[in-house]
Amino acid sequence: MNAPANKFAAYICSGCGLGDVLKIAGLEKVAKTEGKMAVIKTHPFLCNAEGVKMIQDDIANDGVTHLCIAACSRRAKAEAFTFPTVAVARANLREGVTWIVAEGADHDEVRQEMAEDYVRMGCAEVKKLILPGGNKKESSSKKILVVGGGMSGMTAAQAAADAGYEVVLVEKTGALGGFANQMWKRMPFNAPHADAQPTGATELAAQVSANPKIKVYLNSTVAETAGAPGRFAIKIAQESGSISEELCGAIVQASGFSTYDITKLPELGGGQPNVVDQAGLEALAKAANGGPIKRADGKEVKSVVFVQCAGQRDDSGTHLPYCSGHCCGTSIKQATYFKDQNPDIDTAIIFDDLRVPGMGEDFYRSAQTKGVTFTKGKTSKVTGGESCSVTFKDLILDEENTIPADLVVLATGQVPNAGVELDDWTATVAAADNGDEAAKEKKTALQKISVLNMNYRQGPDIPQLKYGFADSHFICFPYETRRTGIYAAGPMRRPMDMHQATEDAVGATMKAIQAAENAALGRAAHPRAWDLSFPTARLEGCTQCKRCTVECPFGAIDEDERRFPLFNEERCRRCGTCMGACPVRVISFENYSCDTVGMQVKAVNVPDEDEEKPRILILACENDAYPALDMAGMQRLTYSAFVRVIPVRCLGSVNTIWITDALGAGYDGVMMMGCQKGENYQCHFVKGSEMAYYRLSKIGDTLKGMGLEPERMQTYEIAITDGARVAGLINEYVAQLVEMGPSPMKGFG
Amino acid sequence: MTKKQYAFYPGCSSQKGASAANYITSFGVICDKLDIQLNEIPDWNCCAASIGYAEGGELPRIVMGARNLALSDQHLPGQDIVSGCPACWLANREATERLQHSSSLMAEANEALKEVSLKLRTDFNTKSRHFTEVLIEDIGYAGMKAPVVKPLDGVKIAGYVGCQANRPYGIAGESFENPQYLDKMIETCGAEAVPYDQKVTCCGGALAFSEPDKAQALIQDIVGSAYDHGADLIVTPCPLCQANVEIYQSEINKKKGTKFNMPVVYYTQLLNVAYGGSIKEAGLDGQLIRAEKLEKIAGK
Amino acid sequence: MTTANETAVAKYRNNFLKEVEATVEEGHWVKMCMQCGVCAGSCPFGPHWEHSPQKIFMMIRAGKREEVLKSDSMWMCTSCYNCMVRCPRELPITHIMHGLANYAYRLGLSPKGQPNQVIAKLFWESALKYGRVNELKFSLAMYFRDGFVQGVKNALAMQGVGLGLVKAGRLNPMEIISGHTCKDTSGIHKMIAKAREIEDRRRGLA
Repeated sequence: MNAPANKFAAYICSGCGLGDVLKIAGLEKVAKTEGKMAVIKTHPFLCNAEGVKMIQDDIANDGVTHLCIAACSRRAKAEAFTFPTVAVARANLREGVTWIVAEGADHDEVRQEMAEDYVRMGCAEVKKLILPGGNKKESSSKKILVVGGGMSGMTAAQAAADAGYEVVLVEKTGALGGFANQMWKRMPFNAPHADAQPTGATELAAQVSANPKIKVYLNSTVAETAGAPGRFAIKIAQESGSISEELCGAIVQASGFSTYDITKLPELGGGQPNVVDQAGLEALAKAANGGPIKRADGKEVKSVVFVQCAGQRDDSGTHLPYCSGHCCGTSIKQATYFKDQNPDIDTAIIFDDLRVPGMGEDFYRSAQTKGVTFTKGKTSKVTGGESCSVTFKDLILDEENTIPADLVVLATGQVPNAGVELDDWTATVAAADNGDEAAKEKKTALQKISVLNMNYRQGPDIPQLKYGFADSHFICFPYETRRTGIYAAGPMRRPMDMHQATEDAVGATMKAIQAAENAALGRAAHPRAWDLSFPTARLEGCTQCKRCTVECPFGAIDEDERRFPLFNEERCRRCGTCMGACPVRVISFENYSCDTVGMQVKAVNVPDEDEEKPRILILACENDAYPALDMAGMQRLTYSAFVRVIPVRCLGSVNTIWITDALGAGYDGVMMMGCQKGENYQCHFVKGSEMAYYRLSKIGDTLKGMGLEPERMQTYEIAITDGARVAGLINEYVAQLVEMGPSPMKGFG
Repeated sequence: MTKKQYAFYPGCSSQKGASAANYITSFGVICDKLDIQLNEIPDWNCCAASIGYAEGGELPRIVMGARNLALSDQHLPGQDIVSGCPACWLANREATERLQHSSSLMAEANEALKEVSLKLRTDFNTKSRHFTEVLIEDIGYAGMKAPVVKPLDGVKIAGYVGCQANRPYGIAGESFENPQYLDKMIETCGAEAVPYDQKVTCCGGALAFSEPDKAQALIQDIVGSAYDHGADLIVTPCPLCQANVEIYQSEINKKKGTKFNMPVVYYTQLLNVAYGGSIKEAGLDGQLIRAEKLEKIAGK
Repeated sequence: MTTANETAVAKYRNNFLKEVEATVEEGHWVKMCMQCGVCAGSCPFGPHWEHSPQKIFMMIRAGKREEVLKSDSMWMCTSCYNCMVRCPRELPITHIMHGLANYAYRLGLSPKGQPNQVIAKLFWESALKYGRVNELKFSLAMYFRDGFVQGVKNALAMQGVGLGLVKAGRLNPMEIISGHTCKDTSGIHKMIAKAREIEDRRRGLA
């Protein structure tokens, strides 16, 4: 191998006042004697063109391969300090030391010690870093599979084709159009948002069918999804029984919704004559074709009442607990079907909260202008029949009221068609494997409702977040599912109207394209889309415990025939949860491993008991907690100089060895800072922080075994905005540890 | 220098011997110093105000306004119609806008105007303005400051804007909840505008007469808060606010045991004194509760 | 002969909202209320009425004709315009309240002797008589609205204030015999009579 030998260099910045409060010579000495850096240079303004050029010259002319930049936080000056051909570690002397240690000569000693430790840690880390080479794939597919041919699916297919990508569109019925085919009109998409518009489904279906880039499979379902982004192997089962195979780069799932079963609402007249749901009203309007709307018995409707939130927002546990979002707008639209045809028809909408997101407010106003009556009330009883009646509590006038109507429309909710719920699947498969006959039948039934029939060990469909919807973090990454390269769009992701569904479809398609492109480049998908590293396992040390395969939030790891983990690199998000899970520490990334962190833990100079300087290790999630710590620095808040912070990709990547190593080496405590977990999770890897908390909840016994108090390890949920809070938490914890006294492990390390 | 010409609509309460007579008196020095000429609209009638609604109804109320507009247009063409009273301003401006907005209303109004041999142009769109707008928009704060010879140093003033000087039209660019213009005018005169949380509270308006207890509860808040914030006096742009807040203090004292004696003056009286006007010129002799701090400065 | 009220009832039958739209100033706005309640929280006389504007609008839509027109709630309007500027739907609430009050009054349904109704009527009459409001006559009329004895009491109660205003030159006792007046009062009377005739014709009150 004629790769050049590693050459390590440390660059220390004395700008931003660092040189005023730190002894730079001391830092240089640490880098030389302890860090063993071959090149050590100090610059008064390292991030300016001259400083950067100095580094570039050393890389080009002096053979430097590894850099430790001792300056500001890794989150600052990222552009200036990007050197793509070498491995880079950052020692955070500004946000991490000079900005947070109290001012004044009294603190000179601890400030200097803190800075020297960060230089030690940076030098230790960089020695273990390997520059990721990436894994480019020439044969990677960039074709987009769209599952579902409704408005969302058709829009997705069209958007992908417009962007120049080949598309395979699979639709289980005999025609494109989906639910829109049952509708008379849609809510307005455009200004002035005043009148219902034609759905446009027929035109879009014709456009999609005629597009040479889009291959449409009608009367077809996905029989199997195998592989990973860039190489999804899709089997498409056609009505004829034949199976087609397609190789795709990424998937948009747009499998739509079903309407909530109206007969589950007998108290609201569900199932009785002349009580219909919104889909039923669309059918009547379609039949009327612009003329007077007639009931099933042929009678012309002269008065109609819409009952909002029928079987929705139900907190009794009987019906849907959520709001479907579109139904207020839909009832407004349907009320105008009547008013536009004949302004004398009495149309009342009984609502609890009228929710018309987006430009729906204008549509609402337009319907008011047309004379639709809006009554704030809670409907308790509907009777159908020749003459219907609606009983409700008027919430403004605070009284019971009953009004007659020729027709009653119940605004029922959307039920997602997201496929199989995975916990149910896992339990069913386990029972079936144990020979349970009922479970075997159920398994077959579940396979029938599966949308993707994935052959992943984690189950056949994408995980559902809540109420059966395949949603994700609704602000940060709405279309991301927990299966890399598969994106959710439309009402199977969350309840929504047609306009939102079409926007959703375009968004999800763009993410799918990005995923296919990144897979081809060997790069990670969101949120580490620049990352060329990927996890490898030293299989000779593997005990086949399967923790990595179980804990991976993205189902990236299968098992091979020998039951060893089989990494699907393209499915991996590079969070490191597998690395944190591995009890024998055989999983690592080139630039993030048990060693890159472990050596930093070990590099810290832990003072003896009699020095009365406790040491606290902080493992901080780089997505929220580490920025929050930086923020504390930017706000010039002070926190204890006894802490040493190491950023981690996700709390899920924390291997317990780091904690036991630290405590064994005489650290007095460990603070673990991750994102909020649970229902309102903030974790960028969805389940990473939850996994970490689960694992760490079991570490108490280990600590007791070491003769340590369990309080020496604490976990915290930190949001990016928690700058002030995090400083307070550190100071509280340090005070608590001082109270507790030094670690009994000191001196044994 | 040519004077700026305006059609002037004084309003009932600003007539000689009426409750806001001193308000109009205080305009004199200001108009002189700022080269403003106010030309009274001949034979103007009551604006109909807001309170006339029971008997008045919509069209008669608007027609009352339309007559004034037509007279102004006939005798003082092209001149903006200026009033010192917010209720008059509101009524004139509302009549203009409502007539502009509806051609059928315009036709009806003109049918009625025939009885007084007047006609309003269907494209009539002359601005109706409050005197504060003239000062703020046409003169500007710097222009208002220029003639100041006796800055009202050390006088602490609560700027009470009230309702109709602020809503529904208000001064362009100001917020309904916390308008700043009166405070700025106070500062232009060299006085200190104290923070004042009752700035836009209703004084009860015309209902101070018919619902004295309910209105006086509001007035008590308005005066009490001025005391709480250390004000020496209250300043207002509205004759009805001025009258209600000043006149009923003695009533409140009787009923609630308070010791209110807070002078309530017009912004024009502040400017007048700052411009060197005498007690008489500033109409300060028209106060029920004498504004001693201002009188002292004016008397110097 | 049928009353105006009976005529209106017969004409609009159960549709009070339509009646309001046709006969009440700015009544066509009532349907646009979105029931947020900001008006209710913005009224300086909030503690003193039974029905907030929001509720009045809902009652109109629910066809509660008698209850609305006999209510004294809209008579509690001080014309402060706070509800109007805060209304997110930009309903001219103040004008609608005035319009409802006026319509109820014209139908003879409004509460008799309601003090604010009395003052609104007196103000208008005073304004109309001479073309300009005579403050002294207006206030005396107000004090004497409940009869002579009560009037003397009311006037005596405010005597101190009155004298103060006279001394300050802001109340002219001579106005009782001669006061400010427009030249063309007779024209104004004819003009207003005409306006009222037109409006009554339009509203079906003729």
